[in-house]
Amino acid sequence: MAEELPGTDVAAEAAGGDAYPAAGGPLLRIEGVAKAFGTFRAVDGVSLDIKAGEFFALLGPSGCGKTTLLRMLAGFEAPDEGRILLGGKDIAQALPHERPINMMFQNYALFPHLSVRDNIAFGLKRAGMARADIATRVAEMVALVKLEGLEKRKPDQLSGGQRQRVALARALARRPQLLLLDEPLAALDKKLRENTQGELMELQRRLGMTFIIVTHDQEEAMTMASRIGVMKSGKLAQVASPRELYEAPRSRWIAEFVGDINLFDGESKLRDGHRLVIGTRDAGALVVAEPREPVGAGRFSVAIRPEKVKLSRRAPASEAGRETAINTLDGVIADICYLGGTTTYKVKLDTGGMLQASVANSARIDVDAYSLNQHVVAWFTPDDCVVLPS
Amino acid sequence: MSSRRIFARPARFAAIAPYVWMGLFFLVPFAFVLKISLSQTAIAQPPYEPVFDLAAGWDALKAAFAALSIDNFKLLGSDDIYVFAYVRSLTVAVTATALLLLIGYPIAYGMARLPKRWQAVAMVLVIVPFWTSFLIRIYAWINILQHDGLLNQILLALHLVSQPVVWLSTDTAMYLGIVYSYLPFMILPLYATLAKMEPVLEEAASDLGAPPWQVFWLVTFPLSLPGVGAGVLLCFIPIVGEFVIPDLLAGSNSLMIGQTLWLEFFTNKDWPVASAAAIVLLVVLLVPLLLYERLQKRQLEQGR
Amino acid sequence: MRKVSRLSRFNIASLALGLAFLYLPILILVLYSFNASRLVTVWGGWSLRWYRELFNDRAMIEAVWMSLRVAVSSATIATLLGTLAAVALSRGERFRGRTLFSGMLYAPLVMPEVITGLSLLLLFVALNAERGFWTVTIAHTTLTMCFVAVVVQSRLGSLDRSLEEAAMDLGCDPVRAFVAVTLPLIAPAIVAGWMLAFTLSLDDLVIASFTTGPGSATLPIRIYSEVRLGVKPEINAICTLVIALIAVVIVIASLASKLSSSQGESAAPL
Repeated sequence: MAEELPGTDVAAEAAGGDAYPAAGGPLLRIEGVAKAFGTFRAVDGVSLDIKAGEFFALLGPSGCGKTTLLRMLAGFEAPDEGRILLGGKDIAQALPHERPINMMFQNYALFPHLSVRDNIAFGLKRAGMARADIATRVAEMVALVKLEGLEKRKPDQLSGGQRQRVALARALARRPQLLLLDEPLAALDKKLRENTQGELMELQRRLGMTFIIVTHDQEEAMTMASRIGVMKSGKLAQVASPRELYEAPRSRWIAEFVGDINLFDGESKLRDGHRLVIGTRDAGALVVAEPREPVGAGRFSVAIRPEKVKLSRRAPASEAGRETAINTLDGVIADICYLGGTTTYKVKLDTGGMLQASVANSARIDVDAYSLNQHVVAWFTPDDCVVLPS
Repeated sequence: MSSRRIFARPARFAAIAPYVWMGLFFLVPFAFVLKISLSQTAIAQPPYEPVFDLAAGWDALKAAFAALSIDNFKLLGSDDIYVFAYVRSLTVAVTATALLLLIGYPIAYGMARLPKRWQAVAMVLVIVPFWTSFLIRIYAWINILQHDGLLNQILLALHLVSQPVVWLSTDTAMYLGIVYSYLPFMILPLYATLAKMEPVLEEAASDLGAPPWQVFWLVTFPLSLPGVGAGVLLCFIPIVGEFVIPDLLAGSNSLMIGQTLWLEFFTNKDWPVASAAAIVLLVVLLVPLLLYERLQKRQLEQGR
Repeated sequence: MRKVSRLSRFNIASLALGLAFLYLPILILVLYSFNASRLVTVWGGWSLRWYRELFNDRAMIEAVWMSLRVAVSSATIATLLGTLAAVALSRGERFRGRTLFSGMLYAPLVMPEVITGLSLLLLFVALNAERGFWTVTIAHTTLTMCFVAVVVQSRLGSLDRSLEEAAMDLGCDPVRAFVAVTLPLIAPAIVAGWMLAFTLSLDDLVIASFTTGPGSATLPIRIYSEVRLGVKPEINAICTLVIALIAVVIVIASLASKLSSSQGESAAPL
């Protein structure tokens, strides 16, 4: 904690004292948690450990169960099965007000009849804190989220960004062991959202708190979180760092959900040391690096991120020391999409498939830009390819 | 358990007091109406027989049951006065409701098209008469419609008529009174649905080539049907049982059922027949009442 | 621009005519209450003569007093019960007997008054209750609590449920969350409900006629019996006073609902 905040932790006290986990153990352990609404299994057997001080993101499309999981952590839903251990204590059936966990709501849920100050003080009053301590803590929180001078305003006299800060301050005021954030930035416009992302990360690092954020925005999750759990149909599809998620997705679905990707289906044909040759229908034979866990024969998908694909007018000359086995594919430019920082080209391959290539626009006046129907050679190395089970 | 259910448990306790109250003062009284409608008229206090006397024991109760009869209902069915009263009540209610819809719709439509700030003002202006006493508003019309009232004076002054027209104690006056009294009940639900409607829908329709009357008929009107339904039921049901307006403004040669009931009860002191009339009225209104209830429930519990 | 063009001449005309139709008769009545002449036909100049006569009419004053007492007591009980009913319906989820409960609450809103009045009277007779202030109060409470329930329920329904969740998240149990967050937010609707109940009770003729006893006539009963005998200037005066009272109530109620609409969504009285 960069700032040593004075006073005791009201939330921890509310939970009954020694709620802090033993050193080394996870702060939060979710064990086989399931929740059904009628016949719909919203959360279907999720297990997950979250360490103290982590910034964890639950990412997934709408209806994947991420919000339901978050609401179970907050206590608004009780799991049908499984355990939720906070610092080793099962809180699955505890009521919301009995948990040392606070939540920042998607639409902030600020109390419209209370001022900024009273909103922030609300949770402290419930915890039976002394008046003077409340005033100190509120002032601290107001300073923390830079809302000085707005203490007496009502929520409807604040801008969207200011409201977001009040909601954050209110949730942080009780110093929860765990802060849950439900789509905290969804209501902000793009520029403000990007600034706020940075501020949230800074705050989390400074306070050394544990944040769990729910979002459907993969960029947001990648930017802020140290670890991401991708959810699909009530299950955790992959839990990994942002980089691992992007560069080594565990399934086709994740590869397609996180960022853009080229996918070619095929069969493994040949093994040459740590290289694998996969015959694809749309892109011919591709040489790929063998995945960490060796795979046998069978059907696979070869995945290549668009920015890993290079384009040139002629086949690249092999340079000294460069890997000999590179994949080169001939085709013509079928579509050009200028995005400012990069340009995405769609290449119609001679072998029949389509390949996306994302090229950085490194010069303002680009004489080398490709034009529609121009013949190009697309190439990428075996290490740029990911082999995924079909 | 969800947060809604955490809340639900204490919330259900809140139902106890109003539940008991409504059971005692709304539901139970109907049992009495039903029972007395099956009793014999008697010149006594209270003026009906038999009176249940629980103290008299089981046999007395059985005897009392045996004495119940459906004579009152037979009377209602055979006597033309009652049959006519029911027919007239329904005719008046249908006609008045149609008039109300015709007059109320353009007003509600005009309100919904006002700029937002003026909508709130117009809304208050329509609600105010709703809060103002029914009786006083009918009385205001008697002031105007009487033999030497304002209306006749104006008509005479303009030489539109040569001698005062009889307005009071006519059906015209009664319809005028009903429309006047129930207009807010028609306008408010209509306005509520019309104001909720996205103006872009009408714009889209005219963009797609619909002339104004088609925009109204193909888009606006169908979308306002829930409001039309609410307004129609909100007016129709009470009008069928209306007493004050026909009593003060219409002639006494043909009575509505509310008046007959009143007459039987207060003038003829025939409580059993009055009760039977109430039961029949209730049966007539059962379908619209159930419809109204479903509408109300949907409005309050699902949509906003 | 678009909003102005949306308003056609037809719209304006129908609005103006509609409002004139609603208000002119009342204005004329108020005007005549200040007429010095006994004849309605003749304008005899401004005068407070009928108001003076009114204050000397003991029976009328007693009726006013009775009506006010009934209106205040029944509106207060109705607001309490109606608010409880609204809370149960909008927060109670499903419970046994819910359909019957909501049915009993919505039906009196449109039930012809003659039926409600008659049925309550028969109950009071069967219970051998002495008819007067209390029976009318009970009858009015039964009617008006349904209106209160609807007004409060529609406010509760438009309230963001996550506010209550936030309160629980910040350490309130459900009951405290209700008191600390929900109650202040629906307070304007509760006030509006009370006002509505008050005016409804003040207005009612039919139900009061059935449920009151000899010697305790309410104001509408008194007005009605006078009106049956013909138009009298004193009646104009008492009607004007009632309208003035109701106007005050409406101003308070609309201020309350303005307060409520500034705190989120608007809650119009009914």
